[in-house]
Amino acid sequence: MLLHSHVRGGLQLVGHKRRSAASVRIAAAPAEVILALDQHTGLPAIALVKPGDAVAMGQPIAQPQSDISAWVHSPISGRVVAIEPRPAAHHRGELAPSIVIANDGEDRRHPANAPVDFASMDPLELCEHIARGGIVGLGGATFPTAAKLLQARACAHIHLILNGVECEPWISCDDLLMRERAHDVILGAHILCRSLGAAKCTIAIESDMPEARSAVRAALASDTASNIEVASVPSIYPAGGERQLITTLTGQEVPADGLPSDIGVVCQNVGTAAAIARWIRDGEPLIRRIVTLTGSGVREPVNVEVRIGTPLAQLIEDAGGYQQPIAELIMGGSMMGKTLPHDGVPVTKGTNCVIAATAADFHERGTEMPCIRCGNCAEACPASLLPQQLHWYALGKDLDALESHGLLDCIECGCCDYVCPSQIPLTQRFRDAKPALLETVDSRTRANDARLRFESREQRLTRLEAERRAKLDEKRKAFKDAR
Amino acid sequence: MILALLVTAALTALLAATLLLPAQLSAAGEARLIERIDALLPQTQCGRCTFAGCKPYATALARGEADINQCPPGGPSTMIALAALLKRDARPVDPKFGVVPEVATVAWIDEPACIGCAKCIQVCPVDAIVGASKFMHTVIAAQCTGCELCIPPCPVDCIEMRPAAARA
Repeated sequence: MLLHSHVRGGLQLVGHKRRSAASVRIAAAPAEVILALDQHTGLPAIALVKPGDAVAMGQPIAQPQSDISAWVHSPISGRVVAIEPRPAAHHRGELAPSIVIANDGEDRRHPANAPVDFASMDPLELCEHIARGGIVGLGGATFPTAAKLLQARACAHIHLILNGVECEPWISCDDLLMRERAHDVILGAHILCRSLGAAKCTIAIESDMPEARSAVRAALASDTASNIEVASVPSIYPAGGERQLITTLTGQEVPADGLPSDIGVVCQNVGTAAAIARWIRDGEPLIRRIVTLTGSGVREPVNVEVRIGTPLAQLIEDAGGYQQPIAELIMGGSMMGKTLPHDGVPVTKGTNCVIAATAADFHERGTEMPCIRCGNCAEACPASLLPQQLHWYALGKDLDALESHGLLDCIECGCCDYVCPSQIPLTQRFRDAKPALLETVDSRTRANDARLRFESREQRLTRLEAERRAKLDEKRKAFKDAR
Repeated sequence: MILALLVTAALTALLAATLLLPAQLSAAGEARLIERIDALLPQTQCGRCTFAGCKPYATALARGEADINQCPPGGPSTMIALAALLKRDARPVDPKFGVVPEVATVAWIDEPACIGCAKCIQVCPVDAIVGASKFMHTVIAAQCTGCELCIPPCPVDCIEMRPAAARA
């Protein structure tokens, strides 16, 4: 497939991906799993079990409390030992309400989870079935997949893009998934096309993943449908960002305050597609995922398929343990990952990579110096923003200027940070400035809503009063006439 | 000479007229000003300012019949914005118009205690309470502005203000 435009901004970074590129290893089930109820985007799930309950592998243990929320399933069979706050990776080690389950080692499957025939299912029903599998976006954002599908269903001629552009350094879990399980990805593509009514699907793969590309092509060759194609995207970070990838593939830009479905596109991670395939074909909900475990600090960097909820400490032990003093433990890649305070947190649905970095892996950040207005950050910004201006406004807490300069379009990719000769932690500044701006925008939306409701109520009351008066006048007149 | 004097006098009169005209706003100009003031108000519709809602307060402000320090939910930031728009001196919000809690709150109905009198529904300025006569009522929390107007009319005191849930 021809690309419509080149990648805007971005950086060419050293990948460090070969280190962990051996075949996927299946991790042993842990003795205990910890499942955070809020490990997806949206509202936390509500627990359906209580301490002491026996649970089976794949049994739903928490249900979504709104449209944007997700089911949580038990990844092992065993007994619920506690429902309590536990440290969570997605909160950088802060506490999150969690269900703790002790493993009985039997892996007894939940009998109600059965394979379904998606081809004969109604698309809407299929979306709802995908929701019941606890499927969320596995690229890192953990947005509930079914909610994304339902939002997009209103549009005609949907173009489905499967995102296999794993552009962030150190991460290789999607690469390995496509190499070893290309058939799962393609089955997932068919299921997603069916649920969306999509006519066309593009699987986007980075140009420096030749093995993955040939594996997917080989799997496609034995596939009868011809609506799926493979596109090669230049290996520039962050070419795999959702908005960046859509622009690269279609030449169209997603509106700043809109969704990809506004321009007829739905983007899903390849890992999400594979997870959907497992749920539909094998009746196995999202209870395991592939995690890249890498960095100079672990003895054997590797990709492991692990049950969700496995503590990181055990994962690292499985990979031969630590081999050098760790400078930093990171969940995610080197650009957007979060630093963890300790390894006592569990793997979540969104954990794509864990880097046990030693001092040699990353350059230490120097002291912050004043901005010299060099403009490198603006050139590197993939969202076409002006980080140097945003920086001023963030320091001055000028919310109006931050909004008009598009702070909310910042994807926090870290490119501006990386190129800044003055070592200014720009991304962190922007991340800190966002909540206040979001709150302002949100309260403005609420105020507008309240204004409309108030005005329509006033109109209604005036109309009712006028009607009452008219009726009275009529009665009065009728009475007068009768006399 | 006389002509020159006449022309000067005519020009002076014209200038005075153009300068004095904006002081008496045309109806359309007033409506625009009310819109601009209303856009700065928090739309809580609580009536703490002594007017029947944000738009009526905006109207009174535009006509110079109200002061800029009468809106407790808007707080200092709204007052400063109003001062800038109306070119008046900033002054602290007068606590006699009420004090609002620091965290946003929404009304909550103790449903088992509700007798279905529909009195709260009638006073809610943004139609955020659903229910009908002799049926239980409930508050649509996402639409509640926290104005507290529903609290006094309830005959069984089953409504209370609770911190608004974090909005996803």
